[in-house]
Amino acid sequence: MNEPFDDFSSRVTVLPINNIDTDQIIPARFLKTTSKLGLDKQLFFDWRYNADGSPKPDFVLNTPQAKDAAILLAGDNFGCGSSREHAPWALLQFGFKAVISTSFADIFRGNSLKNGFLPIAIPEDMHRKLSEQLAANPRAEVSVDLANQRITLPDGTKVEFPIDEFSKACILAGVDELGFILSQENAIQAFERQRENTLKTTGQ
Amino acid sequence: MEHVLASQCLLQRKSKTFQVNVTGSLRNGVTAKDIILGLIAKIGIGGGTGSIFEYTGAAIRRLNMEQRMTICNMSIEGGARAGMIAPDDTTFEYLNGRPFAPKGAAWEKAVTRWRQLPTDDGATYDRAVTIDADTLEPMITYGTNPGMGVAITEPVPNPSLISDTRERESVEKALRYMGLEGGKPLLGHPVDVVFIGSCTNSRISDLRSAASVLRGRKVSPNVRVMVVPGSQEVKRQAAAEGLPEVFRAAGCDYREPGCSMCIAMNGDQLEPGQYSVSTSNRNFEGRQGKGGRTFLASPLTAAASAVMGVVTDVRTLLQ
Repeated sequence: MNEPFDDFSSRVTVLPINNIDTDQIIPARFLKTTSKLGLDKQLFFDWRYNADGSPKPDFVLNTPQAKDAAILLAGDNFGCGSSREHAPWALLQFGFKAVISTSFADIFRGNSLKNGFLPIAIPEDMHRKLSEQLAANPRAEVSVDLANQRITLPDGTKVEFPIDEFSKACILAGVDELGFILSQENAIQAFERQRENTLKTTGQ
Repeated sequence: MEHVLASQCLLQRKSKTFQVNVTGSLRNGVTAKDIILGLIAKIGIGGGTGSIFEYTGAAIRRLNMEQRMTICNMSIEGGARAGMIAPDDTTFEYLNGRPFAPKGAAWEKAVTRWRQLPTDDGATYDRAVTIDADTLEPMITYGTNPGMGVAITEPVPNPSLISDTRERESVEKALRYMGLEGGKPLLGHPVDVVFIGSCTNSRISDLRSAASVLRGRKVSPNVRVMVVPGSQEVKRQAAAEGLPEVFRAAGCDYREPGCSMCIAMNGDQLEPGQYSVSTSNRNFEGRQGKGGRTFLASPLTAAASAVMGVVTDVRTLLQ
């Protein structure tokens, strides 16, 4: 179960790099955990911390303006590389609700949608426009309206983004796929009563 | 995963179709790994997003099953959801007699059914690219994603010649991480570690391929060479063929099956700043150890580089 997703406005953390892979989002050595808690501390770990564990002051997540930003703006093809559900978990725990890019790697997009983390793909010209507006005013806010599949840039420009209806309904309601299946329990029970409760698995 | 366990179902949307037609035939020293690294260098790591690749063409038909697996394994590195190759006699010969394969009449029936699976002649795809195997060279990556690859004889890109700003910045960032200078060749670049293994390139034919270079040779004293079979089955077969002795005589560390240095597991990792030639599939920053620098290449190129201690075109050792 996830939190229901309401419209929101937020400042934006800008990471203007293409092809950010899941090994950067959360390095593999942190995947041995059996809990989703605490992954926020490992988000972008190798970009965020020096070898002695001190934060790198010039990395955007370590700057004051990153505090309270619930939107990440990244370059093309965000989330490529290893299939790693820890990537959206870590982003969510850090406090991000959505990531804006021109495109997402398929598996990352799927993992995000299943966890109530919103991948927002917008056209390249709008992405550039948003980057310019944030460069001019880093504290500017973007608002996200999932029901209407629309974000509003700081200058008021409205940009639509695609999402499949099923994922959208789940995220808006704050249910994951299991939650959706469980909401159909009466229908499942009825189906199970009607079908044979054995299955021949040994061929003819 | 939870959903599969609970419901035996997995919601998937139909992917777009993407034909990768590999014409001609590979030259000596050029392998399946070079086909897939060549494809990803051509279309980029997001090139196949939303698609499934189907590999077709004469060069693919000539590959054995394990070589085909190397190619399909790295489809995801080109952004695709999956990669596949139509079944043919090579496929059926590979399957016949394997554990869990149908037997007797059931086998005949299965083969008849499988012969119906290939794509129809004249079918159209959402996208298609062609790769000419006749002109393909051994490939190697220079950067921090699998799409940053060049023919081994070529220099790495010179960022000042790239007009697109974002592209230039990403190449600059990669070269900075890799400690490389744009416009210079990788050939002759010193190597600290060679890793021959991973789900991409640790099947028996990969170990045979590496052994063909290492037999009767010694690896460079400056290089740590790890050879890691892909499974217990591969390990048993390699032992039956005397390959561990070849690797040990050459000075390699012959290891137990596992992921090993592909993903910096079990202490098998690069030190910050070290260079590896690796037969695995990913060269992202820190993938093989924090600060480690990975050149992805074929088992032949990896073995040749192990012997010479520098990035080496295997064809110079094959002559």
